[in-house]
Amino acid sequence: MQLKAEHLDFRYGEKTPWILKDVSLQTESGERVGIVGPSGYGKSTLSKLLAGYVRPSAGRVLLDGEPLPEKGYCPVQMIYQHPELAVNPRWKLGKIVKEAGDPDPALLERMGIEPQWLSRWPSELSGGELQRFCIARVLNPRIRFLICDEITTMLDVITQAQIWELLLEASEKQKLGIVVITHNMALAERVCTRIVELPAINHAETKENRQTDITKSRSFITKRNVSATEGEGCADRAV
Amino acid sequence: MHRLKREHRHWNRRMLVTVVTAAALLYLVGIFLWGTLMDPSYYAVHYENKLLPPGLSHLFGTDFMGRDMFFRCVKGLSNSLVIGVLAAAFSSVLALILGIASAVCGGWVDRAVNWCVDLCMGLPHLVLLILISFMLGKGTKGVTIAVALTHWPSLTRVVRAEVLQVRSSQYVQAAYRMGRSRLQVAWTHMVPHVLPAYLIGLVLLFPHAIMHEASITFLGFGLPAEMPAIGVILSEAMNHIATGKWWLALFPGLMLLAAVLLFDAIGDNLKKLWNPGSGNE
Repeated sequence: MQLKAEHLDFRYGEKTPWILKDVSLQTESGERVGIVGPSGYGKSTLSKLLAGYVRPSAGRVLLDGEPLPEKGYCPVQMIYQHPELAVNPRWKLGKIVKEAGDPDPALLERMGIEPQWLSRWPSELSGGELQRFCIARVLNPRIRFLICDEITTMLDVITQAQIWELLLEASEKQKLGIVVITHNMALAERVCTRIVELPAINHAETKENRQTDITKSRSFITKRNVSATEGEGCADRAV
Repeated sequence: MHRLKREHRHWNRRMLVTVVTAAALLYLVGIFLWGTLMDPSYYAVHYENKLLPPGLSHLFGTDFMGRDMFFRCVKGLSNSLVIGVLAAAFSSVLALILGIASAVCGGWVDRAVNWCVDLCMGLPHLVLLILISFMLGKGTKGVTIAVALTHWPSLTRVVRAEVLQVRSSQYVQAAYRMGRSRLQVAWTHMVPHVLPAYLIGLVLLFPHAIMHEASITFLGFGLPAEMPAIGVILSEAMNHIATGKWWLALFPGLMLLAAVLLFDAIGDNLKKLWNPGSGNE
């Protein structure tokens, strides 16, 4: 399967500056694409567009040549940075994890979800534990692509490692395509098969007031080129 | 050990809140039923024992027509409760419909609803009540409609804000992408979210409605003089208070105050029990 973003433009209002302009991206099942870039460059906006949470001002997101379904289960799912906001605080976790259908008990066990957590409220679990539920509820047989928007940024390193281990396993086993949005270059290099610099593929208008950011982004890219060993030149392939 | 002790104390507080709420509710329902089913002979005119001070035979004393003030108060409060229930029920349904429509439809619907809310809130409440009641020819009908028509704006705002908040929340967005239909999301995510705030708002409407009913009746724009009502009783008592008949105003006033405070306590306790922040602990 293929998830393809074609010439995406996005801005929040008619008079606000463009956040994304002419962004094109393509990824295949089983591939793990890292999208990196400094803060404020539209990484999260791009992830929302890819998962169909918001519609682009222009351009299309295609899944095997078809637009994403408006209704019903979307094969492209997204995990947020803050799991505590992505679960209903009035639901117990047993209900939350079934939102997209009954999960495989073996999967829950592999994810390190303990059975007694299912009868608890979200406020009684930690961020890392909740994030596992957020992943478990979307990892069902119908999922094809998973967009991970800074999903482990606020977790400690051990939990980060555990969660990525699970996702890498799912990626290998189910041929799941993963888009990893992060500003952690080391993480991206570690888990991704290919890395894309968002500033390099985003052609949004460069305003004077963003000038300082641009220089920052240049140094960011240079630094990456020095440190990167794998996935070199993939940014060019993505355009 | 320490943790166990804390949990134990917590359980007790929850129980206490529940018991207090149940007791307050029982008292109010009791007054309502007692007053509704009361035989009018209990508060009938007996000129032979007029203006008796409070005593064992007449707990709250009697008025200038020899009517027993205790039974008159119970009956009067019961009448006020009926008006309060009608007004709160009508206002809250109106608030629910307008609030949800405003949040879900947005655009001109939202602007129109907000404009109406501002209009109603901009006018002094009592003036609006008097105007509507006077226009409808005063009496029971005038008061009930006036009270029912003027208590929706604040609750509308609450409902609108709650729906707006839950509609844009990540878990609702995620539910749509996970294949839940609009109806399923409305029923499983939105209604449980709005319901506590709505019910608490509904309960807290009662004291307002009762106070306003008593106020406009006191001012002479409300219930007719022959009907036992707290407002009527208090307004009659004003004629006698200068001559030292203190019991005519004190006891009905205290009963009104108690009813209002109890409704308030019920609303506050429900807030504690139902809000996810404190309710799940």
